[in-house]
Amino acid sequence: MNKLITLLIAFFAISVRLAAQDDLLKLVDSSKPEKEYVSRAFKSSRVINGHSIEMIPKGNMDFRILHRFGLVNTGANNLWGLDQANMRFGFDYGLLANLTVGIGRSNVNKEWDGFIKFRPLRQSTGPKSSPVSVVVVAGMTYTTMPWTDPDRQNYTSSRIAYYGEIIVGRKFSDAVSLQLAPTMVHRNLVPLETDDNDAFALGVGGRVKLSRRVALVVDYHYVFAGIDRDIYTDPLSIGVDIETGGHVFQLHFSNSSGMNEKAFITNTTDKWSKGEIRFGFNLSRMFVVDKKVKHDNY
Amino acid sequence: MTGIKFLIAVTLLSTTLHAQDKFFTKSGKISFYSKAIIENIEAHNRSVTCVLDKNTGNIQFSVPIKGFEFEKALMQEHFNENYLESDKYPRAEFKGQITNNGEIDYTRDGTYVSKVKGKLTIHGQTNDVETDGKVIREGNKITVSAEFNVRLPDYKIKNEKLQNISNTIKVMVNCPLDPLKT
Repeated sequence: MNKLITLLIAFFAISVRLAAQDDLLKLVDSSKPEKEYVSRAFKSSRVINGHSIEMIPKGNMDFRILHRFGLVNTGANNLWGLDQANMRFGFDYGLLANLTVGIGRSNVNKEWDGFIKFRPLRQSTGPKSSPVSVVVVAGMTYTTMPWTDPDRQNYTSSRIAYYGEIIVGRKFSDAVSLQLAPTMVHRNLVPLETDDNDAFALGVGGRVKLSRRVALVVDYHYVFAGIDRDIYTDPLSIGVDIETGGHVFQLHFSNSSGMNEKAFITNTTDKWSKGEIRFGFNLSRMFVVDKKVKHDNY
Repeated sequence: MTGIKFLIAVTLLSTTLHAQDKFFTKSGKISFYSKAIIENIEAHNRSVTCVLDKNTGNIQFSVPIKGFEFEKALMQEHFNENYLESDKYPRAEFKGQITNNGEIDYTRDGTYVSKVKGKLTIHGQTNDVETDGKVIREGNKITVSAEFNVRLPDYKIKNEKLQNISNTIKVMVNCPLDPLKT
């Protein structure tokens, strides 16, 4: 009897061992949850006009060509605005995974712009995760237009404007991402004595992925102080991002023609309500400059 | 009483055997290569888990998809987001057996040809696969390696003409294993 039980238990022990072999991986599975970063909340480093929470990967350069055409409602003879084009081109570079710098030039106002973009907090899952990404951008614009009044005393500083913003964004699901961006623009010189030098805006950006390669994007800046509402208005852009390998095409309609923060926040005059919209696109092409960089998802 | 002694003996024996039978790694390497007209694609993963039971010839792999490193960051992102959908299917797995395990002498240094058969799961799709590999014994280390092709449509990995990615991907496995002490 005793032996029988022993044999039975021994058999059982061996069969357990055999069963364990069915899943060898369990033997070494530490099942320790790892912190994992959430990536690709947006397809590009800009929602449309404003910065998104996305950075340029370290060692990569993003060459961007932006076009803003004329008003669609100017009619067929103007090819619905396409006869007229403003453009900006720029280079953004990922110095570190969380630090991007960029420079660009717009033909409107013969204006240069440059920025530093830093991501102190990145959305992640797992232990010590963060539900949102936080990105800080500081930028500057410099116009090289001839002085409107060369006879008065003009200062170089008058050519300069600054902007700063804090972007808080979250990828809610595979498809949906949203971000808020309180922004301040300071112009050293404003057109009229009654104009404010400082303008304050709240940027709202969102995207909904329609397919693997196409996403619907909306970029709105509510300017709550610092612009003359009789002339200027809030920039609103709606478009699609189309991704093809190393390129992202951002096609959109907007009431704004400005292609830097100072321009689209303080200088948007057209109104959606009057049908004053224009077609525009951003073209982004990513180049790998530093090939030795490893890109961790963890 | 003898029964209990016997039981203890059996249990001990089985655990000791257990301890010596298995080899493993958590830092094995898997690479893949794809030749295409516009650009070649290659990626390397250095965090592959592999466990081998030399007595039964059972061998299993677990591959974290996000562990694949590409030269181009954008390609890596597209690989995870658009092709392998690594948020949904974070791991690839192989569970199989060395069918000619009897021909491999794990007590003697050398390189042995192995035939492996089993189930490969990628992108949530499981297929029966079969390939030749190598088992190399060097002291108390055993290295398993293999090279085989994976056809993207077999694993419902969407591929578009636009992207110019070849439908057949060459996969190379190289896992040096250490004795597993449990």
